[in-house]
Amino acid sequence: MNFITSFLLTVGLFIVGYFGSRLPFVFGLVIPYTALTLFVLGLVCRMIAWARVPVPFRIPTTCGQQRSLSWIKSNNLESPFNLLGVVGRMFLEVFFFRSLFRNTKAELYDGTRLVYGSNKFLWVGAMAFHWSFLLIVLRHFRFFTEPVLPCVLWLQDLDGLFEIAVPAFYLTNFFIVAALGYLLARRLFNPQVRYISLGSDYFALFLILAIALTGIWMRYIDKVDVVKIKELVMSLVAFAPVVPDGIGWLFFVHLFFVCVLLAYFPFSKLLHMPGVFFSPTRNLANNNRAKRHINPWNPEVKCHTYEEWEDEFRDTLKRIGLPLDKAE
Amino acid sequence: MSEEKKIKPNEILAGIDYNPPATGWMDTPVDFKKGTFCNSVPAKFMEYLGQPQPHEWKSYQDDWGLPDNWREIIFEGMRERLKKFRTFRVFMDICVRCGACADKCHFFIGSGDPKNMPVLRAELLRAVYKRDFTLAGKIMGRFVGARKLTVQGIKEWFYYFFQCTECRRCSVFCPYGIDTAEITMMGRELLNLLGLNIGWVTEPAANCFRTGNHLGIEPHAFKDSIEFACDDVFDNTGVKVEAPINRKGAEVLFVSPSADYFGTPHYYTLMGYLLLFHAVGLDYTWSAYASEGGNFGLFHSHDMMKRLNNKIYHEAKRLKVKYIIGGECGHMWRVLHQYMDTMNGPTDFLEVPVSHVTGTRFDHAASTKMIHISEFTADLIKHNKLKLDPSRNNHWNITFHDSCNPARAMGLLEEPRYIIKNVCNNFHEMPENTIREQTFCCGSGSGLGTEENMEMRLRGGLPRANAVKYVKEKHGVNCLACMCAIDKATLPPLLEYWVPGVEVAGVHEFVGNALNIEGQNERTVDLRGEPIKEQEEKKDA
Ligand code: HEM
Ligand code: SF4
Ligand code: SF4
Repeated sequence: MNFITSFLLTVGLFIVGYFGSRLPFVFGLVIPYTALTLFVLGLVCRMIAWARVPVPFRIPTTCGQQRSLSWIKSNNLESPFNLLGVVGRMFLEVFFFRSLFRNTKAELYDGTRLVYGSNKFLWVGAMAFHWSFLLIVLRHFRFFTEPVLPCVLWLQDLDGLFEIAVPAFYLTNFFIVAALGYLLARRLFNPQVRYISLGSDYFALFLILAIALTGIWMRYIDKVDVVKIKELVMSLVAFAPVVPDGIGWLFFVHLFFVCVLLAYFPFSKLLHMPGVFFSPTRNLANNNRAKRHINPWNPEVKCHTYEEWEDEFRDTLKRIGLPLDKAE
Repeated sequence: MSEEKKIKPNEILAGIDYNPPATGWMDTPVDFKKGTFCNSVPAKFMEYLGQPQPHEWKSYQDDWGLPDNWREIIFEGMRERLKKFRTFRVFMDICVRCGACADKCHFFIGSGDPKNMPVLRAELLRAVYKRDFTLAGKIMGRFVGARKLTVQGIKEWFYYFFQCTECRRCSVFCPYGIDTAEITMMGRELLNLLGLNIGWVTEPAANCFRTGNHLGIEPHAFKDSIEFACDDVFDNTGVKVEAPINRKGAEVLFVSPSADYFGTPHYYTLMGYLLLFHAVGLDYTWSAYASEGGNFGLFHSHDMMKRLNNKIYHEAKRLKVKYIIGGECGHMWRVLHQYMDTMNGPTDFLEVPVSHVTGTRFDHAASTKMIHISEFTADLIKHNKLKLDPSRNNHWNITFHDSCNPARAMGLLEEPRYIIKNVCNNFHEMPENTIREQTFCCGSGSGLGTEENMEMRLRGGLPRANAVKYVKEKHGVNCLACMCAIDKATLPPLLEYWVPGVEVAGVHEFVGNALNIEGQNERTVDLRGEPIKEQEEKKDA
């Protein structure tokens, strides 16, 4: 159900994009600017909103030995006790999905024995998807600058290392589609993941898949005029927009999908990208006992003081001979 | 649950199905099945603690006696907490429902109930956040997981937030570190606003507030039981130990969970502490006022945690000690390590802990001035300051259970292992996915260790018990060592059920057994009073 809704929604967006090619001014200029504005403002506002919420307690999840006695080997990456450790831990989380790498699968063998097999599929799929996505985004920078930055060219060469076809076939194109296919299949066929999946979970995958597929279509099958597209993009970048004639409808569909993604990003689970940097269980050092953490709203609470306690139990205390602060 | 109706192990195992039901989670109503939830709190304890909306109600009855404006109360409570806790705000926003946490929760593994997947537990709250606090949820509704909060939803919160032991295992595996324990804490705070909590969280909190410990033990009974322990130490070892109480000017204040002086097998651990302190001549004192290190406030609300924890520093200051040592307890150490200093510090009246025997300065506790007893003991052993005869523990074949909080909120992993390896000869680890930071909860933490909740506890404890069974069959393990009062109280019935024949013991019980002390007798019995040699022979035979 959720799956179908999301699929239909994506098809709907495709059709809108198709007809959009007849309104180049709106779909080539107005919508991209709007989407980009929403993306930037949305993200900035969200991050400010997060940053304004205090972190009252220092509660890292420790995944390794603390630093205590000098002769016990502590683990500065899994249980960081200084800034360097925190940075290292975050680096591993962000670039290599360290925590996901731990993934296991619990199974009940013969109905009596629980085993937790290592399960790296999700990690592999997630790495393939995210890294391909990142490289593809970076490669797109050839449209945004003139001359093209050398590092972008270098990336392009690396990505096209296996010159299987002309134009050069990019590995990332293959990986992103395969990975997205896996992630979708997983949502559909893994009963637990299927159960927790919302419409919007499928939608994010379909949307990105649609972007990737229209991109591949443009590049290998129904080739578009890259020179004209670059003209459009450069004019957008320069804030002096012109829409050249003769850009195929396919490009408008691709662009429209990207715009939807940008606009949708700050209001969806895609917020996990900035969010991971804000996660207090990961970005704080486990040095609680060495350095005091301040809670800006540390409340006044009603406590039961020793004096009150002594008053309540004075007779007992006297009888059993425990020392008293006040005799009466 | 009556004896005859008690569900059998093979029934539990045969009934576990990890395939979710046909109806979606939003449309599957919560079922209060006997044996899987805790009793509601009597109003008097709420009143004593000055909690909002105290009233009598029963979780299995239809009418929970909610105030008319319950929805506004909840929304106001959420709004407040979204502004106060970055964890709450960020965790509400960023979950991608990847499912990596799903089968990491012992309650899901033991019950197969999909709402025990941490992600869905959190989603119960997130659905309300989405609908009433976000634009996307207002526009797209169910498509983005928004759901209207109903009375049924409140009941679901109660059932599932009191079916989470706040163990944080899920947070180890989540790619963003989303800590469902944190969500559960928020959920419980919100339920408090409607006067909804369970007896075994609020009653101990009220007791602790009044007398200083969970069980409501008054000073004379406290003193008695410490003295009994001294007597028992003498009977079993021939060593006369002293245990000063409320003594001003001692160097160290010692705080342990109250179960240590009232529960078994905790009691043997207490005897171990007493022997150890005697052996190294520690100048210390107990406190009858701060006679509880454990803190059920952690399972109630941040404010309650602070109110109960306050006593420790307050007492340390009054008694003019230099630093504090804390005994074996899990959630107690979560509070001491991650909350105490922030809540009730700073501690300028104390000094950085220095071992009077080895001279070691415990700089990692430079601010809180409180060290874990296993840090203290490991340091002594490393410097050869204890005379140990590990063969006195030969009748034990030991494995070690990392308690959730020391493992995942402190990183206290090696200290206990180092001690065990020095005081015992037979030690075997459980499989690696079930220990250290991946350790499995006892299934009864965070106030859920009640009799009426037994079936859920047995289910939640299944992963732990299953790992124990593995080492029992493979290495003949007959004792599960741990450093937590809740473990010591709840693991024995759990193991009795799943792996009969494995005992539970605290680490300092073994230390006590192994210690050689001047003036001791022939040490023919261990701290439990059981003959050492005979047991060994029994084992050999
Ligand atoms: C700091 C950057 C990022 C990090 C660390 C990160 C990390 C992750 C991780 C660990 C997962 C869970 C595994 C999975 O389900 O694949 C995930 C899921 C996902 N990420 Fe990212 N991500 C980042 C940026 C992005 C960006 C820029 C996008 C795209 C616009 C994106 C889109 C997605 C999607 C759609 C999923 C869900 C996959 C599914 O439904 O199975 N991520 N991310
Ligand atoms: S592992 Fe984290 S992101 Fe994934 S479903 Fe669980 S809570 Fe959400
Ligand atoms: S904190 Fe523990 S009990 Fe709670 S959801 Fe996570 S794994 Fe389950």
